[in-house]
Amino acid sequence: MELSKERTTVARMRAGTTGTVLEIAAGHALSRRLQALGVRPGKKIGKVSSMFGRGPVTIRIDNMEVALGFGMADKIMVELDSK
Amino acid sequence: MKILLMGNPNVGKSVVFSRLTGVKVLTSNYPGTTVGFTRGHMKLGDQQVEVVDVPGTYTLEPTCKAEEVAAEMLREGDLVVDVVDATNLERNLYLTLQLLERAAPVIVALNIWDDTKHRGINIDVARLEKLLGVPVVPTVGLTGEGMKELVIRIPEASSPAQASRTHEERWAEVGRIVEQVQTISHRHHTWLERLGDASIRPFPGFLIAAGVLLASFLVIRYLGEGIVTYVSEPLFDNYWAPVMMKLSTLLGSHGFIHDVLVGKLIDGQIDFAQSFGILTTGLFISFGIVLPYVFAFYLVLGFLEDLGFLPRLAVLLDNLMHRLGLHGYAIIPTLLGLGCNVPAIMATRILESKRERFIAATLISIAVPCASLQAMILGLVGGYGLQYVAVVYGTLFAVWLVLGFVLNLTVKGFSPELLIEIPPYRLPRLGPSASKLGTRMAVYLREAVPIVFLGIFVVTILYAAGVFDRIASFAAPVVSGIFGLPQDAVSAIVIGFLRKDMAVGMLGTLGLDAHQLVVGTVVLAMFFPCIASFVILARELGVRDMLKATAIMLIVSLAVGGLLNLAL
Repeated sequence: MELSKERTTVARMRAGTTGTVLEIAAGHALSRRLQALGVRPGKKIGKVSSMFGRGPVTIRIDNMEVALGFGMADKIMVELDSK
Repeated sequence: MKILLMGNPNVGKSVVFSRLTGVKVLTSNYPGTTVGFTRGHMKLGDQQVEVVDVPGTYTLEPTCKAEEVAAEMLREGDLVVDVVDATNLERNLYLTLQLLERAAPVIVALNIWDDTKHRGINIDVARLEKLLGVPVVPTVGLTGEGMKELVIRIPEASSPAQASRTHEERWAEVGRIVEQVQTISHRHHTWLERLGDASIRPFPGFLIAAGVLLASFLVIRYLGEGIVTYVSEPLFDNYWAPVMMKLSTLLGSHGFIHDVLVGKLIDGQIDFAQSFGILTTGLFISFGIVLPYVFAFYLVLGFLEDLGFLPRLAVLLDNLMHRLGLHGYAIIPTLLGLGCNVPAIMATRILESKRERFIAATLISIAVPCASLQAMILGLVGGYGLQYVAVVYGTLFAVWLVLGFVLNLTVKGFSPELLIEIPPYRLPRLGPSASKLGTRMAVYLREAVPIVFLGIFVVTILYAAGVFDRIASFAAPVVSGIFGLPQDAVSAIVIGFLRKDMAVGMLGTLGLDAHQLVVGTVVLAMFFPCIASFVILARELGVRDMLKATAIMLIVSLAVGGLLNLAL
């Protein structure tokens, strides 16, 4: 068994790293919107880029890229893939 | 019978719609191109049926105005063609299942089918059809592949009327289906994908964006100017002027009809910039100057739209736009506004909150000059030197920034964060891109040109009736006192309500010096939207907010015009 894989949020992931969505710690409405866009627990996620100054972050899930605000991205918990 | 085209944003519904009905609608490579709905007709067997292009939505629980329109439309439909992005099956199927839980019969168009191969995606269509219980047809909207089969199979559309699921059950079902029908093989990134990712990172994204915007401006300016200098001006001077001189003689060189059609002769000759007749200046402004720039602008904008650049620009500018009470996606309506404010104000529907829509629409109608106006600015002010053009643009940009900043601090409510899908870069295809350009030119000709003609007619009447003189003496304290313009300039400002391009043309007849011209064009650009944008503002924001926007507009244009007059 792998010990304590690193957990973080999408906002704090480094560009170029990948992981798995654990949970969306947001209210009902936002959680629904994110899920409708394909951001759901259990999905593989890759961080494409982040903007300085708590700007928006871009992620890739399946064949799709989504850009979202820092605040939203900070509510999506991920487990980072070990290198 | 009414057929609805529904699906997630940016899956190509509008392209499929054009293929089915032959009706030209604007299509682009970004989510939210279609904000209203377009109706068309197609033949189905020997029956004529109505087809509706519904704005894209991720779910039937709407999150913005455009998605509300979609959810409402569903009640009216007899049959749904669910357009699905084959490269994003999982997410798209969520809406499909929601549709299957409703009563209307459904057929699935598995669109963007050609891209699945490059992306290493393999979908078992027969299996998918069996699992969903409705027909599934692979299609490529952009090339027309599969469209025939889609039409043939529309009558097979069926309604399995599945039991309503909870949110979790639906996703679980989507997961089960995708697992059974889709296999993905590994493949390498293409250069377009690498470029796509590069242009969304701060570095080199900002450099790329700056380069793209600068190149766009240069192409628009030199292409527009080139067409004016080498095509339209020679055509007007060499071929149209003699015809008009004959008409002038025929009409006896003066009189009311002569002045409406030909305008005033300048030193016994027709001057296309100054005569101000419908057939002289009216045609020349519309076709000789504005049309070339409108063409150049939409050529460049269309390329950027179809490529998929705009959502990436939205991400890069998100931080800045938040200071203006907006988020990055508001840059799309703003850029559309550089073409024409009317579709731009409509496009603010892609923004989620009422506050954002108010701020974005107000900023567009005050500080974003449309292509027609810009053509005249470049043509007229540019004649005195590019530095004056820079002052006009710089002032408008500063107004956009400062006013946005102030509105952000004063307008109640909050602005949500950015949340958008970034489409892959797609190389624009000649056919669809040319067709879009054609549609936009047609809209300009149909909607703008008649108003220019009407405007010239009105100007001639108002002059003849002496109305302008009365308004001029009444408005003199403002026009002369604050803006430092001659009293006659008031007629241009009044006419600006009809068409801004024509109003700038009228400034051109007043013999203003460069400073006055700069003040005049800036005031014209900001003061009151043209009648078409005014109507659309009222429709989109409601009369109360439209009046608020108008009040802001009056205050800001007085202040900025006055300051500019003092500063220059």
